Amino acid sequence: MADLDVTIVAVERKIWSGKATFLFTRTTSGDIGILPRHIPLVARLVDDAMVRVEREGEDDLRIAVDGGYLSVTEAGVTILAESAEFESEIDADSARTDASSDDLRRAARGRARLRALGQLD
Amino acid sequence: MAATLRELRGRIRSAESIKKITKAQELIATSRIAKAQARVQAARPYAIEITNMLSDLATESALDHPLLVPRAHPKRAGVLVVTSDRGLCGGYNANVLRLAEELISLLRQEGKTPVIYVIGRKALSYFSFRNWVITSSWVGISERPTYENAQEIADSLVAAFLAGADDEGDEPGADGILGVDELHLISTEFRSMLSQNAEARRIAPMEVEYVEGDHGPATLFSFEPDASLLFESLLPRYVATRIFSALLESAASESASRRRAMKAATDNADDLIKALTLMSNRERQAQITQEISEIVGGANALADAVR
Repeated sequence: MADLDVTIVAVERKIWSGKATFLFTRTTSGDIGILPRHIPLVARLVDDAMVRVEREGEDDLRIAVDGGYLSVTEAGVTILAESAEFESEIDADSARTDASSDDLRRAARGRARLRALGQLD
Repeated sequence: MAATLRELRGRIRSAESIKKITKAQELIATSRIAKAQARVQAARPYAIEITNMLSDLATESALDHPLLVPRAHPKRAGVLVVTSDRGLCGGYNANVLRLAEELISLLRQEGKTPVIYVIGRKALSYFSFRNWVITSSWVGISERPTYENAQEIADSLVAAFLAGADDEGDEPGADGILGVDELHLISTEFRSMLSQNAEARRIAPMEVEYVEGDHGPATLFSFEPDASLLFESLLPRYVATRIFSALLESAASESASRRRAMKAATDNADDLIKALTLMSNRERQAQITQEISEIVGGANALADAVR
């Protein structure tokens, strides 16, 4: 089966790139799963988006993405983010504090991080 | 007349302590350049991808967004000047400020009212000393700019730009908000460790530097939400990315300039110490010679008296 070439870049650094079998995330129109040979698409992710990257023979990557855009072309999938964090980089306590914050952006980032930790749907 | 030995020693000591300071500054600046360059590199993939994405969208959406269309009669022109917070960096700030002056007088000649935005304490004190009206200023970020800083700056600039179009001179137009019709950015381009250039660029109305080249037949994308909405939400981010990369390059240039200036100062202190040491040795030798000749003269006089 064909692989997806996934590139995830944040403003300050390149987060991850590599091969994947499946990518799951949520755009402003709803949840989306991307398999290899998906039709070309450009979409805006929700503010509290989590991206799950499934790979063959390796653990899934779960990444909290803030201010993200998704672009699918024949060449692969690109996710642009203002900031992004791996599951392993997330501090659960500060994410929970942020999620209950009054500041909308901070709350969204907190929810995205909780989602990446699997503590929120 | 040569200075006294004590004075010379004092001057050598002060040159030595100046040298210590400039040497330390030089080393700090050197280590910062590497970091700053790494950040410039790290920010590049995002800039490339966002340009790709805008290029894909541009073919699909109407290019009539206010950020893209030059205004028919621009009256007010915003100028964002990026300088450092601290001095001791050679001509870095002077170059930027000179270019800013040139651009401002050019804008005046074209009948536009310049509106000044500054980043960095140096530009702030430069313009406030000359009693210019500074619309907004951001200080304390020039050495380690973050994307949040760039975003905050871009947000207020884009807001001012979108509120423009109807203002006349210093009088706000129908919307009551004083905006701008053009935005210019003056920052320093980092070419290499040895060459940095102050440059002026227009950031709005902007020209997206679309990816050129033969892609074969255009890909038919689907869009969520539709293309023009996506395009509109991406454009302000593009401005923020441009400002962010300008900030990063300026930070790298600042460190490179500072390193060069501090290296020159250290070398200079070295020369000074050498010259002063020579003078003080000569003076000491002269004193010794004089003392000996006094002793010999005294001894001779004694011997003459005894005889």
